[in-house]
Amino acid sequence: MLNTYTYPKYEYRTPPEIAAGKALKVPVVIVGAGPVGLGMALDLDLQGIPVLLLDEDDTVSIGSRGVCYAKRALEILDRYGVGDAVCAKGVSWNVGRTFFRDKEVYNFNLVPEPDHHRPGMVNLQQYYLEEYLVARAATRPGIALRWKNKVVSVTQGDSGATLTVETADGMYTVEADWLIAADGARSPIRRMLGLEVEGKIFMDRFLIADVVMKADFPAERWFWFDPPFHPNQSVLLHKQTDSVFRIDFQLGWDADPDEEKKPEKVIPRIKAMLGDAREFELEWVSVYTFQCRRMAKFNHGRVLFVGDAAHQVSPFGARGANSGLQDADNLGWKLKLVLSGLAPPSLLDSYSEERVYAADENLMNSTRSTDFITPKSRASRTFRNAVLSLAKDHAFGRALVNSGRLSVPSFLVDSSLNTPDEEAFAGRMLPGAPLDDAPIEKGGAPGWLLQSTGSRFRLLVFVDDPAAVDAAALSALDCDGIRVEPLIVSRRALSADSLTCLHDVRGVAFQRYDARPGTAYLIRPDQHVAARWRGLDAAKLRAAVARACGRS
Amino acid sequence: MALNLKPNLAEAGKRYFVAYTPGDDFYESLINAHRDLSDEQSELLNARLILLLANHIGDIGTLREALAIAREGV
Ligand SMILES: Cc1cc2nc3c(=O)[nH]c(=O)nc-3n(C[C@H](O)[C@H](O)[C@H](O)COP(=O)(O)OP(=O)(O)OC[C@H]3O[C@@H](n4cnc5c(N)ncnc54)[C@H](O)[C@@H]3O)c2cc1C
Repeated sequence: MLNTYTYPKYEYRTPPEIAAGKALKVPVVIVGAGPVGLGMALDLDLQGIPVLLLDEDDTVSIGSRGVCYAKRALEILDRYGVGDAVCAKGVSWNVGRTFFRDKEVYNFNLVPEPDHHRPGMVNLQQYYLEEYLVARAATRPGIALRWKNKVVSVTQGDSGATLTVETADGMYTVEADWLIAADGARSPIRRMLGLEVEGKIFMDRFLIADVVMKADFPAERWFWFDPPFHPNQSVLLHKQTDSVFRIDFQLGWDADPDEEKKPEKVIPRIKAMLGDAREFELEWVSVYTFQCRRMAKFNHGRVLFVGDAAHQVSPFGARGANSGLQDADNLGWKLKLVLSGLAPPSLLDSYSEERVYAADENLMNSTRSTDFITPKSRASRTFRNAVLSLAKDHAFGRALVNSGRLSVPSFLVDSSLNTPDEEAFAGRMLPGAPLDDAPIEKGGAPGWLLQSTGSRFRLLVFVDDPAAVDAAALSALDCDGIRVEPLIVSRRALSADSLTCLHDVRGVAFQRYDARPGTAYLIRPDQHVAARWRGLDAAKLRAAVARACGRS
Repeated sequence: MALNLKPNLAEAGKRYFVAYTPGDDFYESLINAHRDLSDEQSELLNARLILLLANHIGDIGTLREALAIAREGV
């Protein structure tokens, strides 16, 4: 097999605690340096919390795993400092083709919505994503990343968790106020604590092949229902970086995984699909089954579960790493407030509530895709085929074709942290919404609204003219110990003294936020709307901040 | 009333944040309605469903248009 990627080998160092025979005491330990654990470490670092990050391995994700990172994940990665690297290396694709039996039924062009910094998604092999996250973490003095450090036991008390860590040089103990389990789908931590994860396995197997194409092949997504070269099953072809293509063959439950993985079996399948003329080489082949399940709740005393440890979905719709990064995004600022005594520990219940809500949306969407792709009854198959036969000529039919839905962030509209609207607003930036981006200018330089928010509470104040802003009233927004940074969004370009001022050059921010002069939005550190008003009122702002921090 | 062939599904009082949700909501209900039925029972369900919807639409011209399109693709 051909390798387009050289796996880094990260250095193991003997933990000093072994020789000293002393336990290591830390405020937060994260177990698992996959994309989610790494993202979590960078998030807490932005919050000023030192973290210990342990991983039993010493390299990045091996083989065929995540491919597709959606817009919201890219925006979070921007905050973590790796968005540019991921977007520069990743490939964008817009054209998707859907085939039914031997014909192309239709194609679509996902022209990105204008005036957003990041596209709907980019495709990139997961090992690159992890490599960039590791490189970033290495530049942060607050993050201690220890490779080949395996957690072998854990106990939990009222004020923290105690872990036993195994290394080549022996064992040592870690005592942490908080333990974040980012240890993947099998989650040893979950098992050691005797916690359950509920759901089901899909009774199906998929052959996942990464192949290197020798000649140009379009950067498009191709999806076949019931193709002649693989009857009664589905096949997906997707472009990745370095001329590597991902191919998913649905195999059915009865397939023999060991047999199907053999090159002499795989190569003819791919030849039948691409035609004999295409030259390619195999890079990686595996057979997967997928689970759809989640834990009943994601916080258990001093232990917090994130990523695949907390929830798993089938990969149709690319929701695994995408949703795990949103877990980190949601948890970081809340843990900071709890650690610094500015919010009650019950704020972490809202982490579980909000991310369980999102996990259920992901589970629902990926189950729907799987049910469409793999009909479970004759009636279901007839409807699926009827939809495909109507899709060629009719827009309504195309809307029903479900070969995997793009991962989009949840609108947390039912969250207890939101302050309900008292005034009328149009548009979709309601309390609980993830922020819409908009092009702005800051000090004359072009930028994006999202780049100016995040990691802290912000108050967006929309004005016609920054000169009209009462800088003195806005500059000291201290809400019972929690600082809210004002951010002026102005129709006119002028600097408002000491306040950060964004110029809404093309009026997109005003339009997306249905703003009028005086409109104010309270923005959470994870770039979600907490509250909004047509005019600013200090008492209401204070109440909304208290609510967003779980104090009321 | 001309037959509407554009996406046209929505549930009263529900707010949608992505275009695919209403269609997927409906499709899930449709497939769920068939759960645990034999093939014959499913056929009967479909027939009853068409009759109910036809009566609701009412306009026979529209229904003839739909019948013609449905038949073309079979
Ligand atoms: C074929 C396939 C395609 C996919 N496509 C996509 C996609 O397009 N988009 C997407 O977003 N997601 C996709 N996913 C899902 C994605 O790969 C996962 O959701 C993601 O890796 C989860 O990250 P994680 O950090 O939670 O867990 P993992 O990546 O599993 O990381 C867990 C880490 O914990 C460490 N660990 C485990 N036990 C211990 C221990 N006892 N002590 C110390 N360390 C330990 C492991 O070494 C590992 O590094 C896909 C998955 C597959 C299989």
